[in-house]
This record gives sequence, C-alpha cells and structure tokens, in this order.
Amino acid sequence: MAGFLPTLNELAEGPHEGLHTLYVSPLKALASDIKRNLRRPVEDINLPIRIEDRTGDTPASRKKRQRADPPHILLTTPESLALLASYEDAPRIFKGLKRIVIDEIHALADSKRGDQLMLALSAIQNMCDGLRRVGLSATVEDPAAIAKYLARHPDPCDIVMADPGPDPDISMLQIAEPPPWAGGGAAYAIPAVLDQIKRHKTTLIFHNTRAQAEIFFHNLWLANDDGLPIGIHHGSLDRVQRERVEAAMVRGKLAGIVCTGSLDLGIDWGDVDLVIQIGAPKNVKRLVQRIGRANHRYNAPSKALLVPANRFEAVECVAALQAVKEHELDGDPRGPGPLDVLCQHILIRACAGPLDPDTLYREIKSVGAYCEVTRASFDDCFEFCATGGYALRAYDKWKRLLQRPDGKWILRDPRAAQRIRMNIGTIQDTDTLKVRLKKSRGGKPLGEVEENFAASLTQGDTFLIGGQIVRYEGLREMTVEVTRRADKKPKIATFAGTKFATSTQLNQRILRMFQQEAWPELPAHTADWLTLQRGASILPRPGRLLIETFPHEDRHHTVVYGFAGRNAQQTLGLLLSKQMEQLGYDPLGFVATDYATLFWGLNPITDPEALMNPNTIEHGLEQWLAGNALIKRTFRASATIAGLIERNLPSQRKNGRQATFSSDILYDTLHKYDPEHLLLRITRQEAMRGLVDFGRIRLMLDDTRGRIDFMTLPRVTPLAAPMFLEMGRVPIKGAAEERLLAAETAALMAAAGLG
Amino acid sequence: MSSHAFTFCNEDFLALPSGALFWPAQRLLCVSDLHFGKASRYALHGASVLPPYEVYDTLLRLDQDIAEQRPKAVICLGDSFDRVGASDDLDPRAREWIIRLQAGVNWIWIEGNHDPGPLNLGGTHMHEVAIGPIVFRHIALGETATGGEVSGHYHPKATVRAGNRAIIRRCFATDAHRVILPAYGTYTGGLNVNASPMSTLLATNAICILTGAKALPIPRSKTRL
Repeated sequence: MAGFLPTLNELAEGPHEGLHTLYVSPLKALASDIKRNLRRPVEDINLPIRIEDRTGDTPASRKKRQRADPPHILLTTPESLALLASYEDAPRIFKGLKRIVIDEIHALADSKRGDQLMLALSAIQNMCDGLRRVGLSATVEDPAAIAKYLARHPDPCDIVMADPGPDPDISMLQIAEPPPWAGGGAAYAIPAVLDQIKRHKTTLIFHNTRAQAEIFFHNLWLANDDGLPIGIHHGSLDRVQRERVEAAMVRGKLAGIVCTGSLDLGIDWGDVDLVIQIGAPKNVKRLVQRIGRANHRYNAPSKALLVPANRFEAVECVAALQAVKEHELDGDPRGPGPLDVLCQHILIRACAGPLDPDTLYREIKSVGAYCEVTRASFDDCFEFCATGGYALRAYDKWKRLLQRPDGKWILRDPRAAQRIRMNIGTIQDTDTLKVRLKKSRGGKPLGEVEENFAASLTQGDTFLIGGQIVRYEGLREMTVEVTRRADKKPKIATFAGTKFATSTQLNQRILRMFQQEAWPELPAHTADWLTLQRGASILPRPGRLLIETFPHEDRHHTVVYGFAGRNAQQTLGLLLSKQMEQLGYDPLGFVATDYATLFWGLNPITDPEALMNPNTIEHGLEQWLAGNALIKRTFRASATIAGLIERNLPSQRKNGRQATFSSDILYDTLHKYDPEHLLLRITRQEAMRGLVDFGRIRLMLDDTRGRIDFMTLPRVTPLAAPMFLEMGRVPIKGAAEERLLAAETAALMAAAGLG
Repeated sequence: MSSHAFTFCNEDFLALPSGALFWPAQRLLCVSDLHFGKASRYALHGASVLPPYEVYDTLLRLDQDIAEQRPKAVICLGDSFDRVGASDDLDPRAREWIIRLQAGVNWIWIEGNHDPGPLNLGGTHMHEVAIGPIVFRHIALGETATGGEVSGHYHPKATVRAGNRAIIRRCFATDAHRVILPAYGTYTGGLNVNASPMSTLLATNAICILTGAKALPIPRSKTRL
C-alpha cells in the first residue's frame, strides 16, 4: 500500500487527465486484491480517483472501455501491459502516466516475464514525460542488481531499505523418529505436523512439488482422526476448487492448507500463524518468502518450522536455517536478457506501428538487462522477425516485415497483428489435460495432469488428484475421465511437477558445514551418519571434487559429488555416461540427486581425470544437443516466445492435431540444415540454465579443475547409500527406444496370436 | 531387414521404415501426403516463417527409398503439394531434383484435397489408378471396398505404451481391404488410428505398422488413444 501514497497524494491535489499510475504484479489475484484494498480508503475519504484492474480475466467490453478512457490507477500483469502497449493508440492510452509500481519485483526479475515487462516499459517510457518507476520487494539478495534491472539505463536508481522487522522464529520441527534415508514424502512427520496444526489457528504446509503435496495431503487425511478442517491448494487444481479453498482461508475456516508455490506470493489469506516447510527449501529466498506468509502483523516475528524429508535434507534444512539467520539470500545473476523475448518484443512493436530499427535499438539499450546487446545480435533478431533469418533465403516474397520507402518497417499483412497479440507472453504452459469425473454429461472438473502422464495411464490405474484417489477410465475429447475410488493407496504416485534444484549458495554452505569437526546443530542421527562417512571415506570439500568408486552386487559403482543441483547432476549423468562408454567402462545406468550422480557399470573407473576432462564434457554437450528431449523442450519454449510457432490453442488441440506437427520436427530440420540459426543459438544459451543447467556443470568444473579426491573403496559408503534408494534411475541406452518398442510390439503381436 | 513384409489381396508388400509402401512384383513405390510447400503456405498467410528446408528433407528421404528399391513406377498418393499453386513456387533446385527422380520412372501424381488441380511437373496426373486387384486413391471410400484399396489422407499415427513411456509414431494402418499410408512429408502431423473417422473405417482386427528405424507391426487394438 505504501507504494501508492505518492499517487494518492498527487491525485488528491488536483484533477488528472487519464492514466496516472500503473501497478504491475506477477499474479492476477494480487492485482484484484490490491484493487479491493485500495478502493476502500479512496471511497472512505471520497477521492475522485478511478481504480481498475486489467488481466487475462477482464471482460473484453471493459478492456475496450479502458483503452478509450483509461482509469487513474490501472492494476495489471506484465502480459496484459505488453498487449496494451501493442495497440496503435498506445501513446494516447499512456499519455500523462506519471508512475509505475512493480510489486514483488524479485519474482519477475528471475524470469522472462520481467524481461518482457522491462522491454514494454522502454517503449512506454518514450510515450510519457517524467515517468517514474518504483519496484517493491521483501526478498532481494542483491539490491544494486535489481536497481539496475529496474531503472532506465544508464539512469541511477535510489534504493530505500525498509525496517526488516524482527527476525523470524524459525526452527526444525522436533520429531522423535528419524527421517528415512531417501525419498520426499515425509510421511514420518504426519503425527507431529497434525499436532502443530491443532496448536495453531491456521497453518500453511508448503511442499516443493505438487506430487509431494498430493501424497502428503492424502496421508494427512488418513491420520486426521480429529477431523481437522484441512485443504489443499496447488496450480494443477481446478480454479473453482482453488477459489473455494482461498475463500475458506479468508474466513478462517481452515486449520491447515497443504500447498505449493501457488501460495508463495502476494495475498494475505486469513490469519496464518504458522508455516511448515516440508522437504528442504532448496533456495533460501523462497524459504524467506514462505516464512513471510505467517503473521503479517507489523513487528511480530513470523513462525516457521522445517521438516526434512530424508536424512540428507536434514543437513540442507540446517544450512538454510543458518542462511536465514545470517540474512544471506541466494540467487544466481541472470546474465544478459534472452533474445527470444527480444524477438517477441520486436513483433509487438511492429503491431503498434511503423518501426525504425535504429530508434528501436536505442530504446532496447535503455533496458538494464539488454544494455549490452550488440547491434549484430539485435539485427539478427530483427532479421528473424522479418524473414525468419534462414541461410536459405526462401521467403523474400513473403516477409513478415516489409521496409517502406521511408525506411520504416511494417507488418506485410496487417492481419498478422492479431496473431502476434494472441501469442504475447513468456509463460510456458506445459501441455495439460483436464481431469473430470466420468458422468453422462461431463462430470465435475478436478484439475489437470500433464499430457505425458495421461499418456502413460491405462484403464484401471489409480492416481491422486486434489487429495482424492481416482481411477483412470479413458480419454474423451482431450479430457481425462476418472471415477472415484476408496482405495488406501494409489497405484501410480501422481503426476510430476517442477523440481527445484538446490541453489549454488546453499550447496556451498553445506560443503563448508561438512568441514566442521562436529555437528552439534544437526539432529544426532544425521551427525552420526556424517561421522560414519568420515571414517569410511572422506566428506566432500569445497573447491574439490569427490569421486568414490566401490563394488556392489557384482557391479562397479561410481559416485560423483558435484553439488551442482538436481538438473545439472542429471545432465552430468547423461554426459558422463557417454564418456564412460568411450573410455570402456561399460556403464549400465545412473541416478542423480541434488548433490551427486551415482553410476553403475561393468568395469571400475581407473582414470578420473580423463573422465572429468572439461573439454570432452563440453564437446559431449554439443553432440548431446542434437537429439535430447530436454533440448527439444528448451527449443520449443524459445521458438514459441520468439514467434516461430504459435501457442497451442485449446480449440486447435481438440481436432486431433492432424494439421499441426510437433516442434521436434522443426528442431531436427534446423539442426540438420541450418545449425547456426538464431533459434538454435538461443537454445544453446538457454541450455546453460533451466532443466539442462549446463552453466552449473561448467561452474563446478571451473571450481574444482584438476583437484579430484578419488577414493577407491571396498564397499558402499554411508553418503552414497541413500542414492541406491532414489527413484528415477536412468538406464543407459543407445538405441534403447527402438529395442523397447521392438520387444513390446513383438509381445503384443504374439499375445494377439499374430506373432 | 528393417522393412515389414505383409500380404494384402494375395500380393506381397513391403512397408518401409520411412513410411513408403513397396510392391516388389510390380516394382512400384507408393508415398502419400508429401505436402511440399507447407512452410511457404504458413509464410504466405503471415502466420510464421518456418525453416524452409522441408521440401529438401522430404526429397532426400524419397531419393533414398528410390535408390534402394529401384522402382519402375512411383505413385504419389495425393496432397503431394500443400496447396494449389505450390508446385509453381518450388525453387529451381527442388524442381530439378524431382525431375531427376522421375527419370526412367513411370511417375503418377494422384490428386488430393490439397492439390486437386493439374501440376506443371512431368508425370501422369490421375484421380485414382487401379493396378491388378488394387485401387490407389487419396481418400479411402467409406463403404467396404470389394478388392483392395491403398490410400493416404488421414496421416495415421499410433501411440504405444512401452516400458512406462508413451511412444508416438507415424504408421501404416491395414486390414483385409485397405492400407492407409502414413504421411511422408517432413512437416506433417498425424491423426491417432483410434480417433474418428479412422476408428470406424478400419476393421477391428486392423494392424498398424509403425515407422522409425524399423517398421514394426502391432495390432491396432493394442495401441492407445
């Protein structure tokens, strides 16, 4: 609210024509919540100020009216703002705009949504005189970096530090039973968590993935003998269901809410007096954000409890606790602004009217994240938008952008503006299918599951959604039909969700902790485990790479403790297994966690230096880029943002997709015929972060270059043992998919009497 | 051998892993739904400018199949061009490539719903063609054919669950009376063999032959939607 005081002051002083202040938040819900909270005082003192919100949910008629006659204060999201800036009459809409307030700026600055927002601002800035930008956040690890991100480059930016309030009251939840060695369910903590719910008014129980939230909620219900009112809230649930839970929270009707990142940000729902984090928080900033959900009263400490889901997470939780106490937030510098977002921005600017590339280039250089973009990169993006930028110049006849005699560029086909507007945005919706109860006339919607998960189901499979066990009955018109089941246990755990990787800073803290002589701050069971490891082998050290090798059950096992986070360790597994094949170690499979990758194979590793040679690993990445599914997903995301492919619209998906073809085909074609194309260069850059996360492998290699602790041991070590229980083992396969398919089809033909 | 041999109307056929059908007795190669010029149609309509290499990629595969099978006749079973006029827009290199492939071959263009008009390319242009007991046409006729029918149009694909993952492949769909060819063109999607209208067009005991590194047969009843 404080962010609006200057606005209300200025508007109270005298009449203002048109838009005065824009408020941008990462959540639609936050925009409408602020609207409610802001209107109340304004109406109370009878100020003549119009306040409206504008998001994807706003009806078209109101949007039209807002364009013709903008309110004084408009509350919106980055996507809606980019859309508004794409209209020809944008200069009229934004005329007179004085202030722009960006809420939860740290959440936007971490993503392409923020890049898009800043690009849109660079355009709007040139339409209005004296526009001031304000960013708000409670969790920023590097205020100077955010200031540079927010301000018009190279203008300075004032940083105002608010009183942080009292430190949170945060500790580990004391549970008599030790956590299991592996896994993420934390079922052992159910009684203790129920006990805490009973002792507080409203408890938020945060999980890192939707799957874990579903399983935990299910177990909580089975043990809820007192019938405590407990709900579940996550992004895959049906909107109606989510809203019902939110409303119940506001009324204080719920004692506990099992949730995920969907409640990380924004709105203050009801009277939350305790936050429980299940599983290691993976990232200190996120933990601080979640702790802040409890007790929003000024000057009262927030109360939070941490529950490790397994033994290793006990170490991670304590490390995170220390980081919070020392006010050390984590976060990786994001690097320069991504070019796929820049391509979309060029197309959006072309919708708004004739473009002069020189002016546009200067405008883009005023965005902090893009201040170092070279003219050559910009020209590549512009060329991509105009003609596709292919080595084979096939589209001279059908350019998307045409140069007019006056040197400015326009859309060749004005109707294209409509399509470009429909594809604005950088959020990637994974392909999901709705889940409904099977009824003659379309039963109750329960939520969504990923298409891949739906494809793996056969009739009779049971899974969890919204805390219920349901049975898969079939697919109908792109909807998963299910029936309710009273089973105790679902056959298939549940759909996958986002898996966070532990942050670099948190992993470094863990490595430092390992160097202590004793661990009084750790639970005894965990301290004993680390002591055992120290006796049997050594503990991993900062600046060095520990590799253990030992025989187990007729196989040679090797553990590489890279501490690079789950995604990077997974990528390392794929790259090193190729390397092992070449070095003749005959690897058979691997499994990755946040801190290590475990390999097993027929021959023992004898030359760790050759295995970890950075040049061959880097070279392996190049080859791997050619065909891996993760890379194709990365490509699809960038190709959609850059405007090469259109978003999957629900209406198109219904008609069986005969006309559309998969983006994998485009990737393969480009890779084969135009390997240096802009979009493949963007894809390679993107592979440095996200699911592939090669950036962290490189960081780890640079950090430990040549300094390998190679331990040849007689048996499984204590630190390696839990990895044998990890899910998600990856078999190493050359032509495995073909073999798998050949075996399966042969079996099915035989079963049908046709073999 | 990576092809799948099967008998249809008492004749021996090979389903090639590329998605082409070969009839050794006639030395006839048949491909369907090449969709040349699909990328340029997208560009024409201002939708997006897709990588313009799909014509070459499709021709490269067709070239390989022709080099391996040495057919006397080639049937392109309709929708060879993505729109009327697409053949005019072929670049010279693609046009020369097609002419080279046509040398010494009895080349038949069957018309499809995308390319109903005549083409300015060599070869014979026909609505459909009967060879022995078998009719080659673009769209399968709804009623049960008395002899055999080879068609395309639907771009059949099948989903097979193997080892806890769903694998999707373009496929031939065959029963006693018809063979439906997969789309051969690089930029083509597919329609699940269990979706309407293929679900009703094909007999319940239909066999799908998946394309890929090897042509693999599987009963349609064992594939998934």
